[in-house]
Amino acid sequence: MLRYTVKRLLSLMISLAVASVVIFFVIEIAPGDPASFMLGINAQPETLAALRTELGLDVPKVQRYFAWVGGMLTGDFGTSYTYRTPVIEMVGDRLWVSLPLALYALALSTALAFPAGIYAASRRGEAGDIGVMGATQLGVAVPNFWFAMMLVLIFAINLRWFAAGGFVGWDQGFWAGMHALTLPAIALALPQAAILARVMRSSLLDVLGEDFMRTARAKGLSERQALWRHGLRNALIPVLTIIGLQFSFLLAGSIIIEQVFYLPGLGRLVFQSISARDLIVVESVVMLLVFSVITVNFLVDLAYAAVDPRLRSRT
Amino acid sequence: MRRNLILGGLLSAVFVAAALISFIWTPYDHTALDIPNKLKVPYGDHLFGTDHFGRDILSMIMVGARTSIAVALVAVGIGMGLGVPLGLWAAARQGSWVDELIMRGNDLVFAFPSLVIAILITAIFGAGAINAIIAIGIFNIPVFARITRGAALSLWQREFIMAARVAGKGATRISVEHILPNVTNLLIVQGTIQFSLGILAEAGLSYVGLGAQPPTPSWGRMLADAQTLVSIAPHMALFPGFAIIFTVLGLNLMGDGLRDYLDPRLRVART
Repeated sequence: MLRYTVKRLLSLMISLAVASVVIFFVIEIAPGDPASFMLGINAQPETLAALRTELGLDVPKVQRYFAWVGGMLTGDFGTSYTYRTPVIEMVGDRLWVSLPLALYALALSTALAFPAGIYAASRRGEAGDIGVMGATQLGVAVPNFWFAMMLVLIFAINLRWFAAGGFVGWDQGFWAGMHALTLPAIALALPQAAILARVMRSSLLDVLGEDFMRTARAKGLSERQALWRHGLRNALIPVLTIIGLQFSFLLAGSIIIEQVFYLPGLGRLVFQSISARDLIVVESVVMLLVFSVITVNFLVDLAYAAVDPRLRSRT
Repeated sequence: MRRNLILGGLLSAVFVAAALISFIWTPYDHTALDIPNKLKVPYGDHLFGTDHFGRDILSMIMVGARTSIAVALVAVGIGMGLGVPLGLWAAARQGSWVDELIMRGNDLVFAFPSLVIAILITAIFGAGAINAIIAIGIFNIPVFARITRGAALSLWQREFIMAARVAGKGATRISVEHILPNVTNLLIVQGTIQFSLGILAEAGLSYVGLGAQPPTPSWGRMLADAQTLVSIAPHMALFPGFAIIFTVLGLNLMGDGLRDYLDPRLRVART
């Protein structure tokens, strides 16, 4: 296990290093240098020169890259050009919206997908199975931002159960915050739940064909008892992997949903920074998102290997 | 299931037909502003109603289908064009540093949240259909590389490949003449799936204003326009949304159907 962990940790480091190089240089090769990009075409030469010095653009690229990475390693993500606030503070504030949203959506998607997948698997080929599978096909095809708009139309505008957008802040209390995140979380969770339900179903069906399931049936358990006692636990392993992968997907996917609901999360921060041409914020937030995705995937791999020893030797 | 293939094929055909017909005919000029008739609910003259500028929504959806097809198709083309050769190469040199490099590169691209990078690319190089294509296309490369390599690896173990090697064919010739034809089915199925994902991605990017720019209509953009008006003109959001859903649903069903149809093992298993 130690060997495997070290090996995976090494590849995690390499991934992160390459990711940082890619992000840094994508921004570097942007048309014009970052300073002129940030200030636009009508910038005064003096302002431009001042910003160049402030951003350290007079220093060679490679040196700047290491300064950027070094800064991030010590928790210094730079200072936003437009807000004049340290990026880390802005990210910290926004994370309190994006992270709970992603977790909420993950919980919803799991709560929806598990029963649906189990139900479909236990009624394989019957009307219930076909119905659930049809619904998941539809769920995968629905763009979540469109679904979000429909939720707003029905539950915010017509029924007035929820606000159409915005976030009240956690200082209004936990339930007020959760209430505000409910529609976005549902919108975010739907396509994920559809995928997860399909995985749950096929994983269960795989397990149902195993010998130990036949044994369980042979020792007198009913079909349903065997499914609950032996099938489910074994089917859960691939499902958990997908859940782990979905978390990172939800974090990134919340970018568009935050736009629909005007939520002050990381996604909106990225868009605001893009339109304000605040490249320092853009590159740091993108790096942070990539970092969290790669790290979550790494943790999922480790957890998977801890549960299933066969995997340790495979890679 | 043959049913999937037929239903999916029909839905996809409607979508392609709408795009093709839009080149020669649309009910109205999709750019024609008609302010007195703005926000009309669906009725006789305008089957899907009109938007806030009085433009005919059906016409815009038809022309928007072109944008969706073009972006998704070229993005799949990029993915196949680069991914398949990479996959074939990796399989032919299994276990070598080339294989290792290609596969680790794949893992890396997979690790990036695709949407974030697409946003980054379009933000830096400017919003527009071309950059959206590139952004979506890049993430198709590892998908095709991985699936090609996986299928090719098992083919390399087969007798007919051995025979080709004995006959003196090199790795490149074998890959092109024997491996590639045998993975085509797989690629067609995956291509269909990636095509539908591309349509969703394009809609997402243009929804946030990073896809095709006005006056080029795109479904995502129509939804963005509809958002602020959704309470007074829900039809503006409904029809482009249905267009996306039915197209993606159609392509997914077709992909599933094709997989079952093209994979003889599944056919045997079922009978």
